Amino acid sequence: MTTLTLLQAVNEALHTKMREDERVVVFGEDVGPKGGVFLATEGLTQEFGKQRCFDTPLSEDGIVGAAVGMAVNGLLPVCEIQFQDFIFPAFDQIVSEAAKLRYRSGGQYTAPMVIRTPYGGGIRGGLYHSQSGEAYFAHTPGLKVVIPSTPHDAKGLLIAAIEDPDPVLFLEPKALYRSVKGEVPEGSYSVDLSTVRTVREGSDVTVFCYGAMVPVCEKAAAKAAEGGIESHVIDLRTLLPLDEEAVLDAARSTGRVVVVHEAPRFCGYGAEISALIAENAIEYMEAPVRRVTGFDTPFPNTLEHHYMPDERRVLDAIEGVASF
Amino acid sequence: MTEMLTMFKADGSAPDFNGALDEKALIHCYRTMLMVRAFDDICMKLQRSGRIGFSIPNKGVEATQVGAASALRATDFLFPSYRDFGMALHHGAKPVDMMHNMFGNASDSARGRQMSVHFSFTDPVRFFSISSPIGTHLPHAVGAAYAAQALGKDDVSLASFGDGGTSSAGFHSALNLAGVWKAPVIFLCQNNGWAISLPASGQTASDGYAIKAKAYGMPGVTVDGNDLLAVNQAVSDAAKRARGGEGPTLIEAYTYRMGGHSTSDDPTKYVPAEELEEWAKKDPVLRMQRFLDKSGLWDETLEEKLLTECADEVAQAAKVAEATPGPTLETIFSDVYETLPLHLRRQGEQAFELAERKGGADAGGGAFPL
Repeated sequence: MTTLTLLQAVNEALHTKMREDERVVVFGEDVGPKGGVFLATEGLTQEFGKQRCFDTPLSEDGIVGAAVGMAVNGLLPVCEIQFQDFIFPAFDQIVSEAAKLRYRSGGQYTAPMVIRTPYGGGIRGGLYHSQSGEAYFAHTPGLKVVIPSTPHDAKGLLIAAIEDPDPVLFLEPKALYRSVKGEVPEGSYSVDLSTVRTVREGSDVTVFCYGAMVPVCEKAAAKAAEGGIESHVIDLRTLLPLDEEAVLDAARSTGRVVVVHEAPRFCGYGAEISALIAENAIEYMEAPVRRVTGFDTPFPNTLEHHYMPDERRVLDAIEGVASF
Repeated sequence: MTEMLTMFKADGSAPDFNGALDEKALIHCYRTMLMVRAFDDICMKLQRSGRIGFSIPNKGVEATQVGAASALRATDFLFPSYRDFGMALHHGAKPVDMMHNMFGNASDSARGRQMSVHFSFTDPVRFFSISSPIGTHLPHAVGAAYAAQALGKDDVSLASFGDGGTSSAGFHSALNLAGVWKAPVIFLCQNNGWAISLPASGQTASDGYAIKAKAYGMPGVTVDGNDLLAVNQAVSDAAKRARGGEGPTLIEAYTYRMGGHSTSDDPTKYVPAEELEEWAKKDPVLRMQRFLDKSGLWDETLEEKLLTECADEVAQAAKVAEATPGPTLETIFSDVYETLPLHLRRQGEQAFELAERKGGADAGGGAFPL
């Protein structure tokens, strides 16, 4: 075990898989000798050469489209989109091509590939360096959508994503890149996709969250506990395919649910969790599901701390559903 | 437009032909062109009689498709558009397998999930699964070419697209990446005059398409797309360059779509009749026939034999495909992921249960608008 930041854990996962499997290639804008704008790919070109870790022109649809072509022809591409906000030129490639390839060819062609991209606010990035676009992608059959929140999961989930036979969008909470540290096993291990992580056990209120909202919810839960409310905090960590059974079990166990994400509320991922519970566990519910989310506005710069759910807002929701 | 490579002379001779295709190969090319036409003919009838929903005619561009395929190996990777199936036929794809796709039945490689004419083959030729968005397959060809090179193989990729495709984001991204990476890929732009109803003049202000190569740091070649030998030559040259590590080439095949965009399209609304007449004189099948005749390889008996063989084979293919059952309900849910996730299993089981309880859903008839 070593103690790593989430960013170092991502880097460690890439090193590990590239050592293990020569088919793994890493590419994107500035990921080569510089090591990426956040340094997630630092040292890869130096260790594995510029055939296996290289810079690309500024061309998101080209990056993802080329990854599809590499994947169907024997490589295991792990491409980076510098900020999730810049992924939209590649939306066609992700949604119409990578995600549909297995289906439309009856399995003749498949795209085992990973698209890594930092998402979310908290770095004063304004409209175009802060968005959480997970809902656009979680709406896409054929794609897997993964978001880690700890260094342990970042490494284990990224390794699992690279080994997965289907395309995976790997969203990295940039606010946590350097702000969380944790124990990470050395060598190769994987964390199963489509499993949730129980962050904290509690019997009064269930809180569903993922990515950068996990530490926020942990803090709110600790605060709530001081007031006598025990929260059951679940890190969803794979949004698609979701471990629905685990979500329903956790919802039924308390009958009171808060869902937290920084993306806008309308048609956000929390709506799916809420509907899932309404359709399958309504008889267990003691209070309406409450969502704590970003506002239905573009992402503001100066006032981002008001836009993003914080401990205060999550605590208010926990208290609200607990006392309903 | 850059100078156009043509091999056929008006009298059917081809004095510059270097013999790259032997007699057997030449007849095979000619037969494949006739097979494309036979397949188109029967699909038109099947569509007009309501037995299939949609088809894409190829009349006029057969020499480009077959000429390009004849310059490549079956192990090279074809990234086709929806008007390219002559390439697959040339390398041994069976009309019956294509017809299964036209009917969207259980034997279709896509299990009836795709609309017709969206073929996919891995064997006997790597003919990449076709998608409908334009230009998205160009970056795939570059990635596949990069992979082939990285894995030490000398296979090349060929991406085929129309003049409309050159306006897509994928065209720019792919040519730019290929140029920078010196990827072993061939870009075959079939300038067939039309992108559905938009004439090539409305697609670009540049002087043809081949010159666009210059800005991406690769050679651009214009070739007579109705001249099978010239297309074969241009693609052979590009493949040689690619295999030799010299990088990509953009080829503009100057040709003409003599039919509609699809069976849902009425080209008489926008194609000038006199233009069509002019191009009919340059019909690629007739030009090939004239060359074979001049070379002593063709006579009426051969023509009759090939036409009968092709017509019989596609008729038989249609009969088999029409009699093949449709896909089962399960195929809606399989192949989304390698392993069926729980939520899809549940949705499937609910659909099966409903079908059991209330009877099968109405499969529906109808046709797509384009």
